[in-house]
Amino acid sequence: MKLGFLVDLNLCMGCKGCEIACKVENEVPLSTWRLRVKYIDLGTFPDTRRSFTPLRCNHCESAPCERICPVSALHYLENGIVNIDSARCIGCAGCMMACPYGAIYMDPETNTADKCTYCAHRIESGMMPACVVACPVEANIFGDLEDDHSNISLYIMEHKGAVQVRKPEKHTNPHHYYVGGGNQTLNPLAHQRIEGYNLFNNITHLDHVGDKNHGILDRFLAPFVGHDTPDNVSFIESATSEESHEQEGGH
Amino acid sequence: MVENAIHATQAVVTLDVPIQGIVWGSIITVNMWAKSIGTGVVFLAAFLWFRHNKEDMPNLRWAMPIIAFLALNVFLLFTLIDLHQPYRMINIFLHPHWTSSITVGAWLASIFLGLISILMFIGVGEKFPGVPFKGCLLTKFGRNNGPLYEKLMPFLIFLAIPVTTYTAIIMAQSSARELWQAPTEVMQMMWAALMAGSAALIFISGEWTKEARKDLALILALSTFFSFGMYMSEYFFSFKSSEAEAVLAFVHSGGSYNIEFWIGMTLGFIIPFFIAVGNMKSDNKTLLKFAAILALVGLFLVKDVWLKIPQMLPLS
Ligand code: SF4
Ligand code: SF4
Ligand code: SF4
Repeated sequence: MKLGFLVDLNLCMGCKGCEIACKVENEVPLSTWRLRVKYIDLGTFPDTRRSFTPLRCNHCESAPCERICPVSALHYLENGIVNIDSARCIGCAGCMMACPYGAIYMDPETNTADKCTYCAHRIESGMMPACVVACPVEANIFGDLEDDHSNISLYIMEHKGAVQVRKPEKHTNPHHYYVGGGNQTLNPLAHQRIEGYNLFNNITHLDHVGDKNHGILDRFLAPFVGHDTPDNVSFIESATSEESHEQEGGH
Repeated sequence: MVENAIHATQAVVTLDVPIQGIVWGSIITVNMWAKSIGTGVVFLAAFLWFRHNKEDMPNLRWAMPIIAFLALNVFLLFTLIDLHQPYRMINIFLHPHWTSSITVGAWLASIFLGLISILMFIGVGEKFPGVPFKGCLLTKFGRNNGPLYEKLMPFLIFLAIPVTTYTAIIMAQSSARELWQAPTEVMQMMWAALMAGSAALIFISGEWTKEARKDLALILALSTFFSFGMYMSEYFFSFKSSEAEAVLAFVHSGGSYNIEFWIGMTLGFIIPFFIAVGNMKSDNKTLLKFAAILALVGLFLVKDVWLKIPQMLPLS
């Protein structure tokens, strides 16, 4: 069994239901995401169109994040899911350097890496991932890629030449496909920002990777003295502080 | 909404979620920089002992392991403080995942530090019998096992190669940062070690023979020259990967880190190269020390820039 995802971008209407369902199901903290729906604008006014692309971990067959993880916190399950064991993670952020899709974040509550697990806990009990259930237009199709009669296999067969993955040049062999996408949708280098903004300037960065109350000393002292836990205010502050690259994201 | 004209092949993106900033920052730069010194002095000591009599560099036997020991401890400390869960570092030893260069590196660097510590006990034990205190068992062990020094040295040199280069493999395994490519980074790490090693030893070379100091200047000149050449070719001609090209185009256009990069290049590579070449003709200890300081500062700056710039690109 090799589980995979396919998103039909022709169907996606950008309601972000999947994003919210994922947040609720997996208690994804504020300021981070396992699934986000990116939107881009195509064309020139008045002839424009907005396109939506749900982005999550691709559960790559040859996953760079799994390869670089020094303690096997990131590991493959037999069903092809790239799972994460946060109890083992040492927080080295190697996986964040390795994932070409930016799918991993440092959980500000646990200070360990986290990402989409294809809802492995739900799959185990025979349920569908939360984001699949939430999608009102069934744009998210989930199933066994090795079963030729599964919904996802049939969908891929039906759309043969039109099935794409993100960044195929990274030879990660993602188990996550898109129908109805194009270079503009899937390739971040085909994106631009307007009015003096580019892909590198005036980007809103998290002002801290992981928990901002977990500075270098806190990391060593926390087991003995504890430290402030993040609250909504600190998340909102950190999510809205705009920084240049000269002030690095912090660590 | 889009009011500007935009090419059909492009799209306007709205970055509506905060993006992680630079994840591996200056802590990792210190880590790499200190490691370059720690392994570099071992390479240089081996080279010098091969070329000269031990009496030409009388303090090298005890000073080299002390420098390496201090640098490696800084390196390991900064590795540890960069972890979000530092106490779980132990998991690398309890649950090692051998495909990861982080794992292999942590093991090798720990063994390397162990061996360097033995050399230090021997060197210090022989030279300073009362240090750190009379009856210290470690230096006593060192004093009684002097010949072990020469026996361990070949293993240490051999081990210094992967300990120097494993960080380059970590960078190569960082598939999201295309600027870091394995063959170039591996060689950059080697040059950095030779550069940092020769620079560090220059500070203790005051009593050495002119010829030995000349060799230090030679290695400093060679390493700054080749490392500079590699940086230049990477900086201007990284055409084969679209992400590296996009990042460098932004830096070239005067974007973030442009100035730091060129300051680092001038201070750490260009000026020390000319001073070192000059020093091979006329022995000027003060000027050579000045070159060594510049080389260490410039190396830090350039490594810092090279670490950070590929992390600026939004990945999705
Ligand atoms: S998308 Fe990223 S996090 Fe997910 S398996 Fe691939 S490399 Fe790992
Ligand atoms: S941050 Fe955690 S999951 Fe990621 S590579 Fe390091 S140990 Fe593995
Ligand atoms: S499969 Fe689960 S974890 Fe992954 S994006 Fe969907 S809801 Fe989130």
